[in-house]
Parts: sequence; C-alpha cells; structure tokens
Amino acid sequence: MSEFQTVNHDVLVIGAGGAGLRAAIEAAARGVKVGVVCKSLLGKAHTVMAEGGMAAAMANVDDRDSWRVHFADTMRGGQYLNNWRMAELHAKEAPERVRELEKWGALFDRTKDGRILQRNFGGHRYPRLAHVGDRTGLEMIRTLQDHGIHQGIQVHMELTVVSLLKDGERVCGAFAYWPPSVRGILVTEGVRGEGGVLRNREGKRFMFDNIPDNYKSQTADNEEEGWRYTQGDKDARRPPELLTRDHVARMIVREVKEGRGSPHGGVYLDISWIKDRIPNAAEHIKKKLPSMYHQFKQLANIDITKEPMEIGPTTHYVMGGIRVDGDTQMSTVPGLFACGECAAGLHGANRLGGNSLSDLLVFGKRAGEFAAEFARTKGDVTLDDAEIDAGVKYALAPFERGAAAEGAYQVQDALQSTMQDLVGIVRAQHEMEQALVELEALKQRAEKVGVPGNREYNPGWHTALDLRNLMIVSEAVARSALARKESRGGHFRDDYPEKDPAFATFNHVVRRGAKDEMELARETIPPLPAELAAIIEEMK
Amino acid sequence: MTATPQSPSPAPRAVDAYTAAQQAQDAAAGHGARTFRLWRGADGTGEFRDYTTEAIDGMVVLDAVQQIQAEQANDLAVRWNCKAGKCGSCSAEINGKPRLMCMTRLDELPADEPVSVEPMRAFPHVRDLVTDVSWNFRVKPTITRFTPRPPDAPDGTWRIDQEDVDRVQEFRKCIECFLCQDVCHVLRDHHKHDEFIGPRFLVYAAALEMHPLDTADRTAQLKEEHGIGYCNITKCCTKVCPEHITITDNAIIPLKERVVDEFFDPLKALVRLVRGKRRG
Repeated sequence: MSEFQTVNHDVLVIGAGGAGLRAAIEAAARGVKVGVVCKSLLGKAHTVMAEGGMAAAMANVDDRDSWRVHFADTMRGGQYLNNWRMAELHAKEAPERVRELEKWGALFDRTKDGRILQRNFGGHRYPRLAHVGDRTGLEMIRTLQDHGIHQGIQVHMELTVVSLLKDGERVCGAFAYWPPSVRGILVTEGVRGEGGVLRNREGKRFMFDNIPDNYKSQTADNEEEGWRYTQGDKDARRPPELLTRDHVARMIVREVKEGRGSPHGGVYLDISWIKDRIPNAAEHIKKKLPSMYHQFKQLANIDITKEPMEIGPTTHYVMGGIRVDGDTQMSTVPGLFACGECAAGLHGANRLGGNSLSDLLVFGKRAGEFAAEFARTKGDVTLDDAEIDAGVKYALAPFERGAAAEGAYQVQDALQSTMQDLVGIVRAQHEMEQALVELEALKQRAEKVGVPGNREYNPGWHTALDLRNLMIVSEAVARSALARKESRGGHFRDDYPEKDPAFATFNHVVRRGAKDEMELARETIPPLPAELAAIIEEMK
Repeated sequence: MTATPQSPSPAPRAVDAYTAAQQAQDAAAGHGARTFRLWRGADGTGEFRDYTTEAIDGMVVLDAVQQIQAEQANDLAVRWNCKAGKCGSCSAEINGKPRLMCMTRLDELPADEPVSVEPMRAFPHVRDLVTDVSWNFRVKPTITRFTPRPPDAPDGTWRIDQEDVDRVQEFRKCIECFLCQDVCHVLRDHHKHDEFIGPRFLVYAAALEMHPLDTADRTAQLKEEHGIGYCNITKCCTKVCPEHITITDNAIIPLKERVVDEFFDPLKALVRLVRGKRRG
C-alpha cells in the first residue's frame, strides 16, 4: 500500500533523553544491535532542563549519608506510595552510576579534597546532589551522547513513533514516520539549595509557618539555624525552604489565596539576600547558578544577585507512568521495557528534586541490560504487514481531511486548558468529572483534525498524531486523580484536603478494558520486607 | 489559509485565586499587532511571507512564530524544544542576525518594522525555517574520544581541583545550536565542510584537550583532518554564541598554539622524526 523501510535492531530504544541513552549504551555494551529513535535532534531532550543535580548517597560532603538514608528520604517524600524495590535499587546503585558518568567524561563541581561535590536539596537529609553549576542535565545528556556515538548505536533522529507492533503478545517493533517533527522561566530548586529563601508580599519567610509533622524533627524552626545548615553546620537542621516540592507548592498557593502573594500571583524567591552574609555573594551566585542568572537577565531584565525573583508553582513532572517490574523494568507487555519519566514507581506520590537524573541512569541501565537479555534469549519475531498498513492509514488520514477540517493545534490548546483548569495543582471532584466530559468531546474532535501541506517536516501533522497519546495520558491522570479521594504528595484535593490512611496501601492502575474503554483498578502495594521496614522506622 | 471552524466554547468555570491573578497579569500586559516576515519554501527555494499576529509584552520570537503556526500556518516548519535557551534547537537568522528564537525578546527588536526570520545559511535547507544540520552529527565522532587517565584512588575515582573543572566549564556550556557554524565564513561562504570542522567542534576538541583527566593528543588531527588552519580568527563565532563562550580567544587560539608548538618547532619536529611520536 505505501512504501516503507524496515530496519532491524535487537533492541530499539524510543526516546534519547537520559534514560533512553543510558539504556542504549547498556544494551550495546552487552553485544546486541541497538537502534535509537528520537523525535528531536540527538542531545536536545528535555533532560537538558534539569538543573539542580543528581541524587546519590556518595557521602562526599557528609559522611552520615548512606543508601539507607537516601532510601528512607525517597519513601518519605513519596508518601509511601513508591515501588519500594525501585527506591531500594535506586538508592543503592545511584553512586556507581554517577561515578560511571565521570569515567565517560562528565565534570562535576568538586569538594576541597577533589572529590565530587554534593549540594543540599528539598527532602534530602544530607547534601546529596552531584552537580555542575545549575546545568547538570546538560552535562549528563552531553556525556551520554558523546559516549554513545562511539558504541555502534544507530540513531534515527527526528522520527515520530506512531504505534508499537506486536508478534502475539510480545512487542516486536515500532512503526515510525520520517521526519517528525511555558511561558515563564523554569526556576531550579537549586536556588533554595544554595540558600535562597521564599518570602510573601509582606517580606515574611512563610515556610516557617507550617512544617509537616513527618519533617518536624529534621527542620529548623528559626532563620539562624536554617542559614547555619546551608553553610555546612552538621548540628543544624534544614531550613523549611528545603522541604519537598509538593509542600512548597501548596504553601505558595496558600499565601496567594490568602492575599499575601506578589502582584503577579506568586511569591518571591530571594537568593540576593546572602550578600548580607557572605563576601563576594554576587560572584558566588553567578558561579553556582549561572544558567538561572543568564536566563533572568536576558528574558526578564532581573539581576538575581541584586533582587528577588517572582515565582509560582507549575506542573513539570509526571510521577505516574508505565507500570514496570522494579528489577528488570519490563512492563506487563512482554518485550516492552520502560524507564525514566515514562515509567512509574520510584517516586510514589511526590518526587524529590535530584532523584530524577539518578532515576534515568539507574533504571536506564537496568532496562538496557534486561532488554538486551530478552532480545538474546527470546528469538526472532515476525512483523505483521497488516498491522503496518493500518499504521500507515492512520498516520496519513489527517492529510485526507486536509486544511478544511479543524487544525490539530486548536484541539491541543483546548486539551491544555481543560487539564490546566480542571485537573491542575488543586483538584476537586466536580471539576474532574467535568474534565472527563470535556475529554470525551475532545477525543471526537481529535479523530477529525486535518492538516495542510505535505509529509516533509510538517509540525501540524505531528501534533495531529500526538493527540491520541495526549488524550490517553490526560484521561488516565483524570480518572486516577478522581478516584484518589485524599490529598497526598503532588496530588491535592480541595474536597479531601487531608491524607487518608485507607489510601496508603494501593496504587491506581489503568488498562485497556474488554471494549477498548479505560479500566481503573486498585493494586495493593506489597508489604515492605522487614529489612526495609526497619530502615524507615529507624529514620523516622 | 482556510479559517478553522469555531471550537465549541467550554462551559464557564470558576477559577481559583491563583489562576485569576495570572489571568489578570495577562490582561494587564501590553498588546499590539506586529508583522513577521517568515521564510516559506522547501529545498532552497522559497520567499518571505508576511504574517500579522498579536504580540504581548515579554514575548520572544519563538512565541510569535508558534502563535502564527497555530493560528495561520499549521504546516510552518520550525524546530524547537525547550524554549529556555538550553537545547539549542531553534537557531535562525532574525533580522539578519544568527540567534536563538526562544531567547530573542520582541521588545529588543525595532517595533516599527517587520521582524524577519529565516533559516540558517550554512546548512542545506529542508523546509521553511528548518535546515539539515546532520553534517554536525557526522563530524563529532571523527574527533578522538575522551580518554581518561587511570583512576587516582583505589575505589576507581579521581581527585580533581575545582580550578581545573572551572577551566573547561566554559566550553562544556555549549548547547550545540550551531549558530557559530552558521556564521563562520569558512563554512557559510566557502563551503569547506569536508575540510574544516568549524568553531563548534574546535570548542569540543578544546574541551577534551583541556579536560583534566584526558590523555589523548588531538593536535595532528586538528591540523590535518580538521583544518584548524582555515580559521582566520575573525571572531564572528564568538559574537553570535548565545552561551557567551569566548570561542576564538579561549578555545581556537590555544589549540592553534598547540599545533604551532608541535609542528613548527624545529626541535620537536626532529624528536617526532626520530621517535615516531607526536609528543616528545
């Protein structure tokens, strides 16, 4: 029906962010033929946006740190909805993954005795984030990229995967098309790690007002102690600005709602104040947060060494994702592995800053390892031509409807509004029910969008093909959030503002039902093994 | 351009204080129609076409281009990713100057004339604002890879001074936007892509050569295969770098000095002849 080209790989990695590249490198190292498909150019993935660093209990700065403390911090931050096996493996293996990056050429900031320096971050008990200024994500992606190009990996750039192909129950390939395809500045939590403080319109450090019970024993109750902590005083407790992001976001929303917000509906984040405390503060800030300094200067005419930034919380990470086995990262579909942000489990109800980059490395490596083993041991696969033809037909349909039909951008824009307004940071039952109604209508519209032009580098077309996936993810988020009648971690319900112990024992899982509908189920979290339970108890 | 059908208007919603404040901010910001002259066409042929769109204070060129794409030209080809000056995808020539679209504010461009946006010139044109930059991805693997010295400590780790990290940080900031390649005469005007790797990869080579752990020697390679001699230090690359890397002075000139030391120092040349090695 249509021309297509078949490329054979033992392991095909979809996506060339940190996790995808690490998986590709691992699979290639194990001797199988690896291909990588990425939507953008190599090295442009969103991993570059990560600024703060990667969490790994190397104990270079504070020798009280260990994998056990990191594990307990991750579970506490995730409000115990985490896949504990992943939290355990992550805490144990992250240090080795960081050292491996150094072996491949990454350069981190150093301690006085020449080891990898580690910085403070929200929810981490000890300084734990290996970093380089505030561009750690770029250092990581470039290191993996520059190492990966010498490993015999075949990279297919600017290609969009439309569907996965199956041989029986097993995934055997992907169908893709050549070629593919916030207002505001994302502010790193690293600013808080370096001593930045949050103030409301009255100039008050409001984070001292409400420290959650499970963090009280670890959190400073006065400004002086908080400052001493950022300067490395081991007897001091962390300032409340270093609490977890879910809590910080909720506190900001509260200040704004109660009329103490900044003129633009946010609060102030101030790093410039450290000039009262240390000499050469401006130089220090520029060195520790160079990207932040540069972006604010260029895009907002604000010198962060001299004045506070006006900030607000935003959605920037999905804790949920594809359900995987903690050890192998294989999904419930044989042959399909998931790692990084698209996989679920490690972070539970709220991700700690810095656990993302280490997540990519730890589970990217594991996914690559087990995918290579799967490919080696499970034998050849057969492609089904009918499945490919169906993929071609689906992909080209928007051209047949042409420019006279509604455009994909209009539907995407409407979807964004629905999700932002009705399933945003603060949620309520009637709003999410309304969202599900709107999503149904949007799905109908998405089926009918048309695009002008031809197949060559046509972003309108790629947006049209993305819509189906965006709808699935949006519906999964809305259904799961609706069913969780409590507030926990990043999920905040206006109608159920408290944590409910009854919801602490399971995850919500969505899957395709018998009639292609989305089915929601509760999956009980298996009990913690005694050894891990003892760690959590000990660190309370 | 065909008008898009009216979308069904969503049910009115109550907004929280936070959203309301943000909406108020948008409403209070300055608005005004501005004209954008965008290059449209494929494979090297095309023309400028004018589009008028509503600009809001604080917008960058990429915001406007995406707005035009969504409202008036769904098939307008433009490459972008992070919108924060970190991925280096949205390189273009804005009012004739090579820049990142996401880091160029509209209020720094003359308000009384159209803003022109066209693709980079040093690479083959694909469509509209997009060029084929794959040459850059073929060049990189030709540079000898990172080759660390054996670990310093028994646990397999290294000890490095912060000062030595700082020295190469400037080069490692590179976001691979290829604007320096675009503006380099050797590539843009003389098309020496087969003989010269361009400023981006001289910066890359410098980052490796000055990496505190690296032990490889890339001098001969830079001279022979990579054509460092073609650079006549006009510093055009330094001027357009969005990361403000002092490409010519800090990366290229020191590499040129290494080449000179290595190949034009009579004593070293003799040593090389006798020992058959590049570094005496």
